[in-house]
Amino acid sequence: MSTDREAILRRLKTKLYRDENPITDAFSRLQAPPLNIIPKRGANDLKNKVKNFIEEAEMADATVTKIEGLASLPKVITHYLASQNLPTGIRVADSLVDVNWGSQPLLSVKKGRAKGTDLVGVSRAFAGVAETGTLIYLSGEENPSTLHLLPPTHIAVLMEKDILGNYENAWTNVRLKCEKNAEGATSLPRAVSWVTGPSRSGDIEQTLLLGVHGPQRLHIVVVGNG
Amino acid sequence: MESSAHKFKDLAFTARRDAHLQAALGKLGSGFSLKRKEAARRLPEFEGLRDQAKTIKDHVLENLDFYLERFEERVIEGGGELHWCGDADAAQKKILDICRKANAKTVTKSKSMIGEEIAINEFLEKNNIEPIETDLGEYIIQLRGETPSHIIAPAVHLNMGQVEDTFREKHTTLEPGRKLDEPQRLLEEARSQLRDKFLNADVGITGANMLIAETGSTVLVTNEGNADLTHTLPRIHIVIATLEKVVPTLEDATSILRVLARSATGQEMSVYTTFCTGPKKSKDEDGPDEYHVILLDNGRSELLGSEFQDMLRCIRCGACLNHCPVYQTIGGHAYGWVYSGPMGAVLIPALIGLDRAGDLPNASTLCGQCEAVCPMRIPLPGLLRAWRTKQFEGSEKNTLGKILLKVWVTFVKSPKLYRGAMNFILMILEIFGRKSGGFQWLPLAKGWTQSRDFPSPAGPTFVSQWKKGLLMSDQEELQKRQKK
Amino acid sequence: MSDIVKNKAPVVGLFVTCLVDTLRPEVGFASALLLQRAGCRVEVPLSQTCCGQPAYNAGARADTKAIAKNVITSFEGYDYLVAPSGSCAGMIKEHYPKIFKAEKKWKNRAEALAIKTFELTQFLSEEVSINASTPETRITATYHDACSGLRELKIKQQPRELLLKVSGISLKEGKEAERCCGFGGLFCVKYGDISTGMVDEKIADLEATGAETVLGGDLGCLLNIAGRLKRVGSSMEVRHIAEVLVGSLDVPAILKTRKIKK
Ligand code: SF4
Repeated sequence: MSTDREAILRRLKTKLYRDENPITDAFSRLQAPPLNIIPKRGANDLKNKVKNFIEEAEMADATVTKIEGLASLPKVITHYLASQNLPTGIRVADSLVDVNWGSQPLLSVKKGRAKGTDLVGVSRAFAGVAETGTLIYLSGEENPSTLHLLPPTHIAVLMEKDILGNYENAWTNVRLKCEKNAEGATSLPRAVSWVTGPSRSGDIEQTLLLGVHGPQRLHIVVVGNG
Repeated sequence: MESSAHKFKDLAFTARRDAHLQAALGKLGSGFSLKRKEAARRLPEFEGLRDQAKTIKDHVLENLDFYLERFEERVIEGGGELHWCGDADAAQKKILDICRKANAKTVTKSKSMIGEEIAINEFLEKNNIEPIETDLGEYIIQLRGETPSHIIAPAVHLNMGQVEDTFREKHTTLEPGRKLDEPQRLLEEARSQLRDKFLNADVGITGANMLIAETGSTVLVTNEGNADLTHTLPRIHIVIATLEKVVPTLEDATSILRVLARSATGQEMSVYTTFCTGPKKSKDEDGPDEYHVILLDNGRSELLGSEFQDMLRCIRCGACLNHCPVYQTIGGHAYGWVYSGPMGAVLIPALIGLDRAGDLPNASTLCGQCEAVCPMRIPLPGLLRAWRTKQFEGSEKNTLGKILLKVWVTFVKSPKLYRGAMNFILMILEIFGRKSGGFQWLPLAKGWTQSRDFPSPAGPTFVSQWKKGLLMSDQEELQKRQKK
Repeated sequence: MSDIVKNKAPVVGLFVTCLVDTLRPEVGFASALLLQRAGCRVEVPLSQTCCGQPAYNAGARADTKAIAKNVITSFEGYDYLVAPSGSCAGMIKEHYPKIFKAEKKWKNRAEALAIKTFELTQFLSEEVSINASTPETRITATYHDACSGLRELKIKQQPRELLLKVSGISLKEGKEAERCCGFGGLFCVKYGDISTGMVDEKIADLEATGAETVLGGDLGCLLNIAGRLKRVGSSMEVRHIAEVLVGSLDVPAILKTRKIKK
């Protein structure tokens, strides 16, 4: 394939009307990614960001509950499952090990990546973006991607403080968290996933249907500091 | 994919008489385009974001080699492999190679227009590897042996009954008496059929909406989540993408994402947008062991630096199809190849040759609706006209149309000749049309007169009447004139 | 006589367009009258033929240039060029400067002409002003936005405001007033079947408004729409907006037989 490589690059270089000098603005664009236009709608104080996030997420057909502190999470999940007539077996991300699941003996909790048979996956979102009610997940040992993809019901745990105005804020935090190479470029986790609402399709007569391959239900639990 | 773009007129004729298709197309205008309008209205920065998206992509195209080489470095650094492929053949071979090495029997696929371009499914099948489309629409048309009729809604031409028939015919192991009379039931059946395929596939092939030079990531956008299952579950993830998909940074990709879904379906953001970077990391519990990017040229480098370079900004949102009155009249299959609508009419001649798709750039009124909605501000009507220029100037052949145009031009260029000719023609037309007031048949204008009347002229040309009567200054005089 | 102050009146070269010239001279006279009422001196250069759009859209660049040069030469001496067509005005205003990209001298002349080129309703609302001078017209009408006027010249409100101000007509808007009618110049002959599908969509929308008259600013679209309406036996009338603004409604609508009113 190396011949294809050379041939393609040669074609590109002859087709581009540009002088030989290295493309300085392209270079600096990668070194220090400039911010582009950012919609104002996300720029708010935390209280309003949370409000915007919830509104937008609901518009995208997610459901949202707000709680104060992680302690009540198992109870809230038990209630949610009951309200949806769902069984109580859940698959939970390692990022939520601190939660005292034992407080709800009815819940049967499994860890690790999701299997095809799991009905409910619970994971922790890295961030929530107020702009569009989007959740951001970073893959990794603590948060297998399958948890928010395979089970038909997904419960996202989102700390209130992780609700950001816009995607750019989230990239800043992702970059802070990730390793850099020698040139300072960020090494992203294998999968950074933005999730906005439950899975859907309009492929049959343009009718909106939820839950095609990803979850049919997306329930977001926003956890305040209280 | 084999092209039937040369049969455009016949295909369009049939499409106009396909009641199912017409019903489906009827919904398109009121669905996608209304939603796009609403999404644009909700975001005050939308027009500015369009300008910005265009600027970003123009910058990329001017530095395409640079960004691709950076992208390559980053993919390799992240533990992936990158394969440059000049054309469809090279890409097919490379993909087969990877599948063979992995001893793959089944491949799940998430919708990829590039996959259609290189006809990867047929090729894998021929080599005894089973490709399974997982996008619901793609799955349906794969079962039916059809091709996509819309770049983001591949089965938009079908109705529920047709899908039901297909499922009954193909899902033979299921209870024949089962109920399939609601979209939700059809969906559940497809979901459960595909579940095992996802879990058992050896290789997952996806397209990419963008490639990011800064991080070596491939960006995948879906609403169903099928792309995510496709790259997360199998041992090997293969991405097929063409050169122009690269963008510089995460921020740049973000800016383009802000206009993509809004233009496509009117959503604020698609449900799943995933940035895939490399194979699974050492401690990851899921994800593929291998990550391959097939970087395909397939004619793109030829467009660079040409009058068609603007087309390389296209992000395949489908807005130009959704808003095109011609597309809404004939649907996607009439275009005869992978793409359709205005973007297809520009792109298809570039990729398979103008001589094989000569109708496409002409079958447009150049109404400009596509350019008005294109998030990347691609001057589609101008590009269609550029193809017409190539056609007109590029061939020695004198078609009837060309000869007539030449004759007309000769007159138009010379006002004296023109005046004489027009008055003569009008005289003749008036004599023939006097009785009926209009024509139902005219020589050389069958396309018009078979469905429309043509008015018979009311007298000599305006200019010659004006010359005789000169300036009028009030209405009586006008009316006097009209009565004469 | 009109009250034009002779030496101050702007001189308008009326580019009547080839379709009006040959098929509906009434629109030419109506345009001329409207311009006079707005205080202009109207001249009609006899050397005008066509703006060259058919050649341009067929890809015949050299021919287009030759035709454009004739238009430029014929009209550059006037204060304004006004055309009762958004598509011809758009051609001159938006495309002439582009086609002479590589010929500096002609490019400059094309640009100079482009600046003073206007579509009729645009001119009457933006450059001059015209007042109600016709008795209130009692027709219910809907307006078809022709593509080039709408998208190249941004003509949307001007005709509507003029109709209200000059003729007291408020419109019944079609849901898809901005949708292409399927005319497209040579397109409607070359791809007659597709064009028919498009015009059928258009007339369905027009008829759904319940209006009795279709108005528009481009004769090409209007001929297409009227031709189809007649063929399917609809009673809707089709007119160029200039005819209504000037108040000459006793002229039969397009493709309506010229009956003598009793
Ligand atoms: S040409 Fe523009 S509108 Fe059409 S698919 Fe491409 S980006 Fe979207």
